[in-house]
Amino acid sequence: MTPTLQAFLIVSAGLFSIGLLAALSRRHAIFILIGIEMMLAAANLNFIAFWHFAPPPHPSTGVMIAIFSIAISAAEAAVGLAMVIAVYRHYRTTNVDQFNQLKG
Amino acid sequence: MNSVAFVIIAIFTLAAALAAATLPNLMHAALCLVLALLGLASFFFLLGAEFVGLVLVFIYVGAVAVLIVFTILLTGRDSREHRGFNWSGVVIALAVFGCLTWAILKAQSLTIVPPHIRALTVRQIGQVLMAGYVWPLQCVGVLLTAALIGALVLVLEEKR
Repeated sequence: MTPTLQAFLIVSAGLFSIGLLAALSRRHAIFILIGIEMMLAAANLNFIAFWHFAPPPHPSTGVMIAIFSIAISAAEAAVGLAMVIAVYRHYRTTNVDQFNQLKG
Repeated sequence: MNSVAFVIIAIFTLAAALAAATLPNLMHAALCLVLALLGLASFFFLLGAEFVGLVLVFIYVGAVAVLIVFTILLTGRDSREHRGFNWSGVVIALAVFGCLTWAILKAQSLTIVPPHIRALTVRQIGQVLMAGYVWPLQCVGVLLTAALIGALVLVLEEKR
């Protein structure tokens, strides 16, 4: 017995919900970035699962989209962490509740 | 592809992700994120996308996790979590998970049998990337360069 497409999609939905939980309920800026990374990774799992269960001609589109998505999430992580460092230098904290103005 | 490996990897990945989302210590959470991403890469191996799994390990575990740990150490004054866990986030996440699971179980078109998979080699991926995906590849290159410059500009010393 092999796992079906639905099993992979449910695992992916669970991973997405956990990422959403981390992004919504934590106060720390780096935790929010970790949650966003988890949500992007869950979307990648969806791409690969749909690619695997595609009908026979089997184009490689799913793998390509997953590769581009990984590259874009790497860029997002780099810019997000740079923003955390820049804001920390100004406010001396990483608690997002205390970031109350953007003007420096 | 058998069910036993699937169940083991699923439990491992979801437990590591839940630990990364709820642990109070930031460094432990970052290391649990690494474990969750390793579980996700093993899902990719299980699904026959070995190249994407390797890329995930290289980029996330090799680069992004190190970047997160560096940022935690640089902003290390308050790596302890500030008190006040927001419980409405738990409610929203549970609601989203319930809606997604209901929709997945309800959809009839998702109950398909796995076809016989043909392995996608790195050579084929390279050929497809150079033939049909040249413009997206160039755009990702420009995006990565812009992200590199942007990150450098953001963390430069402010002029007084």
